[in-house]
Amino acid sequence: MVSKSHNSSWSKFVRCLSTSMLVVAAASPVPTWADDWMPLVKDGLHDQENTALKQLQNPAEALSKLPPDTSGNLVNWVKAIEQGKINPRTNIYPDTKIKVLDRNQPPDVLMKNTGELPMVRFPHKQHSELLDCSNCHEALFKSKAGTTPGFNMFTILQGEFCGRCHGAVAFPLTECNRCHNEPRTLSGKAAKAN
Amino acid sequence: MFTLFMLLAPFSIQAEYGDIVLNKQAEKKDMRPVIFPHWFHRIRYNCKVCHSELGFKMRAGDNIVRMSDIIEGKFCGMCHNNQIAWGADRCELCHTGKPGLQSGIIGGNSTGGPGRW
Repeated sequence: MVSKSHNSSWSKFVRCLSTSMLVVAAASPVPTWADDWMPLVKDGLHDQENTALKQLQNPAEALSKLPPDTSGNLVNWVKAIEQGKINPRTNIYPDTKIKVLDRNQPPDVLMKNTGELPMVRFPHKQHSELLDCSNCHEALFKSKAGTTPGFNMFTILQGEFCGRCHGAVAFPLTECNRCHNEPRTLSGKAAKAN
Repeated sequence: MFTLFMLLAPFSIQAEYGDIVLNKQAEKKDMRPVIFPHWFHRIRYNCKVCHSELGFKMRAGDNIVRMSDIIEGKFCGMCHNNQIAWGADRCELCHTGKPGLQSGIIGGNSTGGPGRW
């Protein structure tokens, strides 16, 4: 049982401690558990002395309304488009051709040389919804499967091939099972059908 | 050098994933570096609009964007023309970076590993 006098000095101590913790948390650039997205003035990149900064939108305001994810911007951009939460414009010039590919043409690319990890199935559909064919072909990837030279996990980690975007603007390469999710069978073929 | 800088500064820079610093000429001309936020633009435009139609290369540091280009309506100026978005006269809304930032992409490669970013 705690006596009344101990109670008041203990509660004073707790109040003082929690206030000072709040002050430190508010002032520090290290994200606290509540800050998924750092405000622009505190992100260490934008110049705090720029008074125009308050006219720019903070990431939290926009991104908190989109389907969440566990990496990158903490937004699942593919879901955001599928659910109609965002509707990004597909072209500025009226005569730009838009080519969104479905699962079958060309077929998803199955990459089997993944050692013991599950195989990688590359889906054209989700990528073609956002990117143009020329963004990848032929400069980054050859159209003919299996003919792209130097394409392996080491070069991907160096920022080439998939790593050009994944790890920069799309989900990072620490999310292994988002690509490596095609179970390996003894024959090396995909365990389930397209 | 940039990679070393990025490895050493994980706790002082908490910028948004995909933010690009453009500072090839800005500070030489006494302007703050430019910060380009991918997230804000991705909500409004597909990747292909900028990276196919407008000619932006998909590698930080590969694009030479001059103010003269922007004022002529190329690159950023395609939209930042006082009609779709603010115009090139609002310097302080794009030139928002801290002094001394190196050009490159921020927040990419969460592993902080040996990748090029």
